[in-house]
Amino acid sequence: MAEEWSARIERSSPVTALAALGAWAVGVIQAVGDFGSFSFNALYKIFRGPGTRALREMIAQMYEMGTRSIPVVLITGGFIGAVLAIETYPQFQQIGVADRLGAVIVVSVVKQIGPILTAIMLSGRVGGAITAELGTMRVTEQIDAMRAMAADPIRTLVVPRVLACVLMTPVLTMYSDALGILGGWAIAVGVDGVRNYPFWHYAAVGTDMYTINVGLIKSFFFGIVIGCIACYKGFRCGSGAHGVGRACTESFVTSFGLILLVNFVLAVALNNIFVLLWPNQPGLL
Amino acid sequence: MNAPRTVAPLPADAPADCNGAIIRFVDVYKRFGPLPVLQGVNLDIPADQTTVVIGPSGVGKSVLLKHIVGLLRPDAGEIFFHGRRIDHLGERALEAIRKRIGFLFQLGALFDSMTVFDNVAFPLREQSDKSEEEIRRVVRESLAVIGLSGTELKMPADLSGGQRKRIALARAIAMHPEVVLYDEPTTGLDPIRADIINELILKLKRDLKVTGIVVTHDMTSALKVADQIVMLLDGKIVFRGTAQQLRCCPEERVQRFIQGRASPEELRALHQN
Repeated sequence: MAEEWSARIERSSPVTALAALGAWAVGVIQAVGDFGSFSFNALYKIFRGPGTRALREMIAQMYEMGTRSIPVVLITGGFIGAVLAIETYPQFQQIGVADRLGAVIVVSVVKQIGPILTAIMLSGRVGGAITAELGTMRVTEQIDAMRAMAADPIRTLVVPRVLACVLMTPVLTMYSDALGILGGWAIAVGVDGVRNYPFWHYAAVGTDMYTINVGLIKSFFFGIVIGCIACYKGFRCGSGAHGVGRACTESFVTSFGLILLVNFVLAVALNNIFVLLWPNQPGLL
Repeated sequence: MNAPRTVAPLPADAPADCNGAIIRFVDVYKRFGPLPVLQGVNLDIPADQTTVVIGPSGVGKSVLLKHIVGLLRPDAGEIFFHGRRIDHLGERALEAIRKRIGFLFQLGALFDSMTVFDNVAFPLREQSDKSEEEIRRVVRESLAVIGLSGTELKMPADLSGGQRKRIALARAIAMHPEVVLYDEPTTGLDPIRADIINELILKLKRDLKVTGIVVTHDMTSALKVADQIVMLLDGKIVFRGTAQQLRCCPEERVQRFIQGRASPEELRALHQN
């Protein structure tokens, strides 16, 4: 997209280039506004009460998105925890604090790596599937058929999927955290020779409830991002197989970018809240 | 035999049901980006009759249908349903109109994650307070009307194209709508299956007093089911009349369409290429 626009700008006169840039900016603002309105509509309907049928559909989606994502989340979490131990152990050993490896592994996994990695995995596996399903429904006029039968597609299709994403992302993050910690423990204790008791002792000392909650709060917001982006891209996808494929790619890329942005904003916000609540403690960032 | 005629424009503030019309288009314009599709369409749809809209592919026939249920909004002009203007209504207000209209989509638009039963039951669950027992009865009746009893547990992927269209028709009529919109009901079907669909359209009009609007370029189907035929060309209605009047229409483009003849210019361009 960026290459296409820069090529277009290079090819044309300065005035035309400016006009093209302006048209691009207007397009981006329109898309942001459209996404905002779509997401607000979905979240508003969740808060107003999704209804029994949407809740029933939500359960099915929770199984599809949550239960069936557990293996991939566990594997990823386990390996990342293990790699974290492999990379950090030599540094800690050099300065003679290898016993404290548990603290750094647990805090890193629970606060940053677990939520981010789970969200990125889900935006690929779950977000892509949602976009493909809704995009196919759009191009085969199933969403139009729903509207023509006086049913609200936002309530029927979007609300259960967004709700399932919001509820299952924190749960899967817990699984990922658990396997990440176990992976780190297995390498630190089993391979690097860190003693078992200090590993868990420093892990417990270094991790308070606030740290755990930071990770879970983040994953809650990541769930909103994944659900809203995936549904929005499905609802606005272009025609044909190409349109559905492109929507899936855009869904993943946009979710990925927004997850990183939301992570940054939440990290700053939650750190400031921590400083406000406990001014004498060291910051969380 | 009357001479073929074109539709006279209607005054924009005329009451829409003054001639027994259930649906009225008044000077409707619609474009998609730079492409004009409807360019001042004026059309009355009489109640309890079947109106067939014919015209070449891409001329805006399906677009016309989608305006009736508010899936598309006109850029200019007005659309009335039972004398009430509906083109500016919000989604909430349109629900009441949509409950009275069934829509058979071109490809059926069956929900592929649901069984046949759940597809046909969908509008009943969404639009009515019927108990599950009543819904089961209505679904059974609807499937019997289209001759596909016993398919309740099948998935749409397990059905043939003709069966999918008929199930979609069962879904469209499940709420006993006053109006059914048929978008290319016979496209892609063999002549026998197409005739079954035509007979179903006639049966619905006869037995359930359904007002039908059929969009098609299948002339066999059009001539069989139509009480009124309108032809859409270049975004305008260029003919309105009975099947008999259509056959006698002196307009060359109309005759070429109903006989399936390409224009000399089109043929020349083809041979030159």
